[in-house]
Amino acid sequence: MKLELRGITKKFGDFVANDRIDLTVEPGTVHALLGENGAGKSTLMNVLFGLYDADGGEILVDDKVVNFAGPGDAMRAGIGMVHQHFMLIHPFTVAENVMLGHESLQSNRLLDLAAARKRVRELSDRFGFNVNPDALVEDLTVGAQQRVEIIKALSRDANILILDEPTAVLTPQETDELLEIVRQLRDSGTSVVLITHKLREVQAVADTITVIRLGKVVGTAKPTASQVELATMMVGRDVSMTVDKTGANPGDVMLAVKGLSAIDEVGVTTLDDVSFDVRAGEILAIAGVQGNGQTELAEAILGAIDASAGSVTLDGEEMLGKSIREALATGLGFVPEDRTADGLVAAFSIENNLVLDLIREAKFSSRGGLNIAQIEENAAMKVAEFDVRTTSAKATAGSLSGGNQQKVVLARELSRPLKVLIASQPTRGLDVGSIEFVHKRIIAERDRGTAVLIVSSELDEVVALADRIAVMYHGRIVGIVPPNTDRNTLGLMMAGAHQEEVA
Amino acid sequence: MTAIATEPSTSRGPDHKRKESVLRSIVESNGLVVFLAIVSALVVGALLVMLSDEAVQHASAYFFSRPSDTLSAAWTAISNAYIALFQGSIYNVKAHTFAAGIKPLTNTLTFSAPLIFAGLGLGVGFRAGLFNIGAQGQVILGATMAGYIGFQFHLPLGIHLAVAVVGAILGGALWGFIPGLLKATTGAHEVIVTIMLNYVALYGLAWLLSLKAWQVPGSGNPKSPQVDTTAQWPHLFGDSYNLHWGFVVALAAAVGVWWLMERSILGFTFRAVGANPAAATKSGMNVKLTYVLVMVVAGALAGLAGASQVLGTEKALTGGIAGSIGFDAITVALLGRSRPAGIVAAGILFGGLRASGPTLQAQAGLPIDIVLVIQSVIVLFIAAPPLVRFLFQLPDPRHPKEVTA
Repeated sequence: MKLELRGITKKFGDFVANDRIDLTVEPGTVHALLGENGAGKSTLMNVLFGLYDADGGEILVDDKVVNFAGPGDAMRAGIGMVHQHFMLIHPFTVAENVMLGHESLQSNRLLDLAAARKRVRELSDRFGFNVNPDALVEDLTVGAQQRVEIIKALSRDANILILDEPTAVLTPQETDELLEIVRQLRDSGTSVVLITHKLREVQAVADTITVIRLGKVVGTAKPTASQVELATMMVGRDVSMTVDKTGANPGDVMLAVKGLSAIDEVGVTTLDDVSFDVRAGEILAIAGVQGNGQTELAEAILGAIDASAGSVTLDGEEMLGKSIREALATGLGFVPEDRTADGLVAAFSIENNLVLDLIREAKFSSRGGLNIAQIEENAAMKVAEFDVRTTSAKATAGSLSGGNQQKVVLARELSRPLKVLIASQPTRGLDVGSIEFVHKRIIAERDRGTAVLIVSSELDEVVALADRIAVMYHGRIVGIVPPNTDRNTLGLMMAGAHQEEVA
Repeated sequence: MTAIATEPSTSRGPDHKRKESVLRSIVESNGLVVFLAIVSALVVGALLVMLSDEAVQHASAYFFSRPSDTLSAAWTAISNAYIALFQGSIYNVKAHTFAAGIKPLTNTLTFSAPLIFAGLGLGVGFRAGLFNIGAQGQVILGATMAGYIGFQFHLPLGIHLAVAVVGAILGGALWGFIPGLLKATTGAHEVIVTIMLNYVALYGLAWLLSLKAWQVPGSGNPKSPQVDTTAQWPHLFGDSYNLHWGFVVALAAAVGVWWLMERSILGFTFRAVGANPAAATKSGMNVKLTYVLVMVVAGALAGLAGASQVLGTEKALTGGIAGSIGFDAITVALLGRSRPAGIVAAGILFGGLRASGPTLQAQAGLPIDIVLVIQSVIVLFIAAPPLVRFLFQLPDPRHPKEVTA
């Protein structure tokens, strides 16, 4: 099935989200739609999927003009979509989710769950999805949930599958698995439209690349194009793909973690005798596949979860047992891994988010009352300094793109005098331009003499930022290695092999 | 994957977000939608008035031979009803003097005072993410404390009223503190706890009023002695009007709540916890303590509603002292979008509907139930913004936002 978009235009008020976009997806190919966050990729796909009405242009399927009033029409025409945020019902099983919306009945008018189960098993076996039709969706990993979404689309006979930022939520391993699935789908004749801003993925699987910037097609590229070429097209200026940094100049030990252990509510050991030091003026990066205790490590240091044993000292002061407020007051900066859940109040203005954990400081309040003038002045300053792209500091944080949201979190955390900065997945889901910016700020903070602890499941990021790398596996530190350690070794360590075994 | 590798946020995440978004869509409902909901409710009310009118029913029996009879009867019924509504709640044009004519408005404001107090309390809770359904119980506790201090103690002028009001605040605050504490310590859901505490308060008061010590000596009726004049809210414009200082205090409370929510650290914390408890926690805010404080503030304000009733309007404690104030206040808070100015406006609107009840009955022959139906229909429209948007073909505000996000 061939899909063609001609001159698609979509406006929101004065804002042109899509400006005369042309796009042709040939049958049995992987077509990457590459662009920064906010470039208009998702809008275009929502137009295609019948969620938005286009203000101009037409959609052709197999050279015939079609008109989709809603997702139902698009699905009937053979177009399936996997949204960035999954549309799954958590307490339902995989089979129930897959049959949802086009249930088939048995002769006795009961739901034909057996048929749905069979369908799931067929598709799962055919593509090696390894999904159990009877598992509850809420028990599945994010990667498995995504495969359920793909099964859902395929079970409705999709000939074209649109994947919207599919790897934003995945671990590196899950990403590789997904890319493999994409290849298999293509080989079996399904076209895939891959919406992404990640260059490596594009190079890995795409047959054709269309680059979108500010709502316009700026060009097409071959997957053989270099990352720098692609990034330059996407961002519209030269981008450095490496992080400029001088050698670290480590001082005294600022953060000392000794024998730290933690057990979660269901009794699983999440941190197992973790010990390391971070010195002033150096970056220690924690590498590892997500879910190996990194989240718990960061939260235990902050005091958001209780440790079962061990100690954490910040500049000699014991941190365990302190409340989060006390911990922040000792000079700890914290950038949580999920900014929308833990870092920002989406319904609050940017202004208020910039003082979320500073509100009790004398500058921003006195005798229980807020100092609105200072809060506004602070916002104006930070928005300018961190280049937060917004129409107004009074706009809600929820209206910002991911990169700008992260700038707000970072701006806030760096506005206190810090001794230690913990940043978890600091650039997850960000576009190239924002990643560059965030990395620069983190290095600047290091150079100011702050001890920095980075937690990241992106190996590129770990290697680019770290002065030393600690690899975590199953709640333990497998080893601490220099940043020039080769990726293969790091990869094996991330799978649990000890440094000595690898070497 | 091992157990460690499961994402902890996936299982609790969606449920949490759903609850937040329901509350938020209520709290942040658009002012225009609220206005149109009121208009829609009045239109539906007009239909109900028409249908319940005997003359209309009679004329409609021969609608197809003479439709004009039905239409004119309907017009008469509807216009009578809304004229009565105006005359019963704002200004009685039949009165000979301005002083007498304006009396309905003062009644409206008198009725609105407790609704404003309790509505403010509920609004604080809603914005902090708490579904406090317990205003009724908190009003009863406030009224009970104020009433008891009012008739049992005999204190000098000024001091007596102050003590009784403080008693009401403490009583309401206690009834808010309990569900707040239970939520913070055990995770008990505030909806269930507050509903149950409403019953405890209601029947607790009924029991107290069955005791000799709480009754008028020798009467045996479940009604307390009148509160001392020293404990009563003074009338605002002399004794010919019911309007008392409780209303002025309610306005002052609205200003106070505005300051609390918009200009204080405490209110900033309340709002942050309401909008995103996880981010509030990671910013060093104590979410559990906040829940307790929010409920205490909400209860204290509802307690003041009780004081307004027992020390101003009724002047004695009865089993029905709280009427349905605690429940109407939920509507008032929703209608006012949980903002103090909105709550004052909604409280006055509801006070007006309440005050006009007798006039509607006497003058337009309308059952009091229709007034209550109109009130309920307003809530129904408010609770369903998409319905109002559909009726008036308003654009959905969420869509453009999704693009820039």
